[in-house]
Amino acid sequence: MDVVVFAKYVPTPEGTPELGPDHLLVRDGGDGALDPGDTYGLELGLRLVEAHGGEVTVVSMGPAGAIAAVQRALAMGAHRGVLVTDPALRGADALATARVLAACLRRRPADLVLAGIESTDGYTGTVPVTVAELLGIPSVTAVRAVEVVDGALRVERQTEEGADEVACPLPALLTVTAGATEPRFPSLKGIMGAKQKPVETLALADLGIDVEDVRPTQRVVAVADAPPPAGGEIVDAEVGIARIADLLVEAKVL
Amino acid sequence: MPSAAPDPLDLLDLDALLSEEERQVRDLARSWVRERVLPELEEWFERGVFPAREIAKELGQLGFLGMQLPDESGSPTVGPVGYGLAELELEAGDSGLRSFVSVQSALAMFAIHAFGSDEQRAEWLPPMRAGEAIGCFGLSEPDAGSDPGSMRTRARRDGGDWVLSGTKMWITNGSCADVAIVWAHTDEGIRGFVVPTDRPGVRAFDIHRKLSLRASVTSELAFDDVRLPGDAVLPGAHGLKGPLSCLNEARYGIVWGVMGAARACLDAALNYSRERIQFDRPIASFQLTQKKLADMALAVATGTLLALHLGRMKEAGRLRPEQVSVGKLNNTRAALEVARTARSILGANGITLEYPVMRHMTNLESVLTYEGTEEVHTLVVGQTLTGIRAFS
Ligand SMILES: Cc1cc2nc3c(=O)[nH]c(=O)nc-3n(C[C@H](O)[C@H](O)[C@H](O)COP(=O)(O)OP(=O)(O)OC[C@H]3O[C@@H](n4cnc5c(N)ncnc54)[C@H](O)[C@@H]3O)c2cc1C
Repeated sequence: MDVVVFAKYVPTPEGTPELGPDHLLVRDGGDGALDPGDTYGLELGLRLVEAHGGEVTVVSMGPAGAIAAVQRALAMGAHRGVLVTDPALRGADALATARVLAACLRRRPADLVLAGIESTDGYTGTVPVTVAELLGIPSVTAVRAVEVVDGALRVERQTEEGADEVACPLPALLTVTAGATEPRFPSLKGIMGAKQKPVETLALADLGIDVEDVRPTQRVVAVADAPPPAGGEIVDAEVGIARIADLLVEAKVL
Repeated sequence: MPSAAPDPLDLLDLDALLSEEERQVRDLARSWVRERVLPELEEWFERGVFPAREIAKELGQLGFLGMQLPDESGSPTVGPVGYGLAELELEAGDSGLRSFVSVQSALAMFAIHAFGSDEQRAEWLPPMRAGEAIGCFGLSEPDAGSDPGSMRTRARRDGGDWVLSGTKMWITNGSCADVAIVWAHTDEGIRGFVVPTDRPGVRAFDIHRKLSLRASVTSELAFDDVRLPGDAVLPGAHGLKGPLSCLNEARYGIVWGVMGAARACLDAALNYSRERIQFDRPIASFQLTQKKLADMALAVATGTLLALHLGRMKEAGRLRPEQVSVGKLNNTRAALEVARTARSILGANGITLEYPVMRHMTNLESVLTYEGTEEVHTLVVGQTLTGIRAFS
């Protein structure tokens, strides 16, 4: 079973990202890393190939520095990496990104594609399903568990009320929740061996994509601070637990 | 033109002197310590426990045990600098954690690797690397500390066997070890023995009421006519040179490790001084506080630079034991001073376990003493300078 995992390089996943004068995220600079939201899919993919054989390929689109995200995924155990980087992709929107990732999958098809729910910088959450649509394969979102049974998937999908059980043929694309797995730490051997693993660096031309096809169709015209959260209640420590329990019941969480 | 303002915790931008892989090794150790160890550490320290089995397995999976020794592939997982950086990050967590790894990797595994037979290596190194077997190193005794040659533990021949008797003291990992490397007088001088701790006559007693390295197992080991097969002796070690070369290996790790403890203290003090308001100003704005912070940052920067320099020398095969003494002496002393200064910046809060500084401070008192005391390393440097040996 060959698995492709999407891996995004995001600037300062633990800090506050910076916006440039064009309202786009500043993506250059040293502090970026593999998006933590992508590590759950990676872990799931690694476990699936450990159980069923096959390889995990990580695919990333980003600036040249995004190789760090690919290396991190290789250190965690992915077998090979693909980085698509091209000056024409600067400011690519969700549709352009999906076209590029779909082209990678046409070039090297996989049985299963795994992605995060949404990136921790852009938060559109639309790229993975767009890729599935472009490829004409089924997609299941918010997956918290997967089983491979007789060459097809049995998937548990997180919902507001609980979980849906979904049967899904392969090939398919899944977006994976943070609760699905606990991502492993890379091992020292993995880190030292990552450089030896095959990594392809591709430009748009290698994928047969025209610059016109990735021209952004959206433009951010203004950015405003989110309004401070309205209302809210500070619960006194003395009565705290009971009041919090009431609130949770009111919110139908309990 | 210089780039961004220096990172207070890496004032000299030593980061730029590391390879990409070395940085990744460091990041791995740092994130593991932060995510898996720090949340529980204070509790271990307070209760005086260290879950050695569990931690050993995790460290083994990550590859931190014996990382500096050649594995099946014939080469070490990481070079001396990568190893040092890992030790630094582990000790930024707690000196007890770093001690565990040092004893396993640089004392017990190193002894077997450097002086053991092929059979001893094959039997012990793979499980020790995986964290399935824990090792300890027994040199010190109740009456033999700085002067290990005065040890009383003896091993005598009995037919083809050896019979070992004596008491070892202050043995890190003693009661949780599967195998002890025990040094003893014999008719052929001091020899090392590979002693499985489940042998009849081996007993371990933990040392309680410690005020330092509380998150570390420290034990007394008693050997009561323990019968060992003839091949239990380490064939490659004769005389005190054997254990001393193991200690040299472990001290190298300490040169790095203590800078982790110091950095953690600097970090805590820096944050605290910016947030603590007295006389309507953050205490960081007082000149006396700034002097303390500057002194601490200098000590961390120069000590880490020294460690890195020794690491590059070790890489080139040029590092001498006297130079390791320089590093151990300088950095351990500097780290302890940093911890004490950090404690003063934190005021009353500094004496609690809510902050890491007093924990590091008391830990470093042990680190100042073990693996050669401050005084002994001073005299080693003195001997190097004068050619006169002052300590015996
Ligand atoms: C937490 C902890 C863990 C340890 N783990 C291990 C372990 O795993 N294995 C092991 O074998 N040992 C271990 N040790 C023991 C450690 O190595 C010894 O404590 C150390 O060698 C010093 O010996 P001592 O404590 O007997 O002090 P002593 O040698 O009695 O020294 C007392 C004081 O006298 C000074 N002194 C002694 N001789 C001289 C001299 N000639 N000139 C000037 N000053 C001198 C010393 O510097 C020191 O200040 C550990 C110790 C501690 C605290």
